[in-house]
Amino acid sequence: MVDRITVEVARYRPEKEAEPSFQAYEVPCRKDWVILDGLNHIKDHLDGTLSYRWSCRMGVCGSCGMTVNGEPKLTCATFLADYAPGPLRVEPLRNFPIIRDVIVDIDDFMQKLSAVKPWLIRDAEKPLAEGEYRQTPAQLDEYKQFSMCINCMLCYSACPVYGLDPEFIGPAAIALAQRYNLDSRDQGARQRDEVLSKHEGIWSCTFVGECTKVCPKHVDPAGAIQRYKLSSAMGSVKDFLMPWRGK
Amino acid sequence: MMARRSIEPLVWILFSVGGVVAAMFVPVLLFLFGFAYPLGWLASPSHAHLVAVVGHPLVRVLLFFLCTLCLLHAAHRFRYTLYDGLQLQHLQELILLVSYGGAFVGSVAAGVLLWQFG
Repeated sequence: MVDRITVEVARYRPEKEAEPSFQAYEVPCRKDWVILDGLNHIKDHLDGTLSYRWSCRMGVCGSCGMTVNGEPKLTCATFLADYAPGPLRVEPLRNFPIIRDVIVDIDDFMQKLSAVKPWLIRDAEKPLAEGEYRQTPAQLDEYKQFSMCINCMLCYSACPVYGLDPEFIGPAAIALAQRYNLDSRDQGARQRDEVLSKHEGIWSCTFVGECTKVCPKHVDPAGAIQRYKLSSAMGSVKDFLMPWRGK
Repeated sequence: MMARRSIEPLVWILFSVGGVVAAMFVPVLLFLFGFAYPLGWLASPSHAHLVAVVGHPLVRVLLFFLCTLCLLHAAHRFRYTLYDGLQLQHLQELILLVSYGGAFVGSVAAGVLLWQFG
C-alpha cells in the first residue's frame, strides 16, 4: 500500500499569473481519504493559499466538483487510493471560467437554473384549510430520480455541447425542469416549455450521454432530455394537426 | 400558446423513427440476405418467391419508408458529427445541403427503383 501520493493541483492567481499552472503536493494516501481530504490536508498543513469550494463532505451540497485526471468528479466521493500510486491531477471543472485555482464561475449555471423555474408552480393555491397536496408513491416515483440532483455541475463540465455552445441550457437545468414537470402537484409545465422547447433548450442536445455517465447521483439527465424531446415533439405534432389547441 | 414554431421537433421525430427502424429491421435484413441465405444457414427462398414478395405494393411502400427513414437518420447524425465532431458549424448551409440533400436523393432513387420494380 502506497502511503503517500502526489497531487498536482491547478493553480491560478489572477493578480499574479496570466495562465493557470500546476503545483505538486505530497499528501498521505490513507485508504479512507477522499480527494477532498487530501486538499484539506494541503490547505491546513502545506499551503494555505490554495482555494477551492467545499462544504458538506458527504455528496449532498454539490460544491466540491473538480476535474480529476481529466474526469469530472465530486472530490468528497472519490478516494485518493483509487489513484495510487499517482500522481493525480486536480483541475477546475471544464467549460466554466476559472476565478481562482480550482474555483469556477457558476453564474451562467445559476441563471439557467432559475430560467426553468425549478419550483412548484400552481395556477391558484388551494386554501390552507383544504390541507396538503397529497401524492401516491407512484406519483412520487415519477419525478424522484430527477429530484436527486445536487447542482454539482459535473454534467455541464462533461457535456461537449455545452462546451461548444454556452447558450445550451444544459443537462441539470432540463432534468430539474422535468423534476417539477412530472410532479403531480405542479402546473408550470407550459411556462417551462417556453425555455425548454427553444433551440438552446432540448434541441441543442445531441444525446452524447456523458452527463448521465458522470452524474454522481444517478439522475440520468440525458434520459430526462430525451423524454422531454419526445413530449415536446408530440406537442408540436398536435399543435400542427390541431392549431386551435392551447390557444 | 407554446413557443413551438421551429422545424427541429419534426426533424428529430424523423431522426428518432429512423433510428428505431434502422436498429430493428436493417440488422435482420442484413443477417438474412448477407449471411444466412448466401451461406446456407437457412433455406433460401426462390428468386420467383422474392420477386413476388417485393412485387406486392405494400412491401414496396414499406421498403420505401425503410430506406427513407434510415437515410434521414443517417443525414441527421452526419450533420451533427460534422458540426460538433469536426467543428464545421460555419459550413452550416453546405452541410445541410449535403446531408439532407443526400438523404433526399437517396430516397428518390429508392422510390424510382421500387416503382420500376413493379
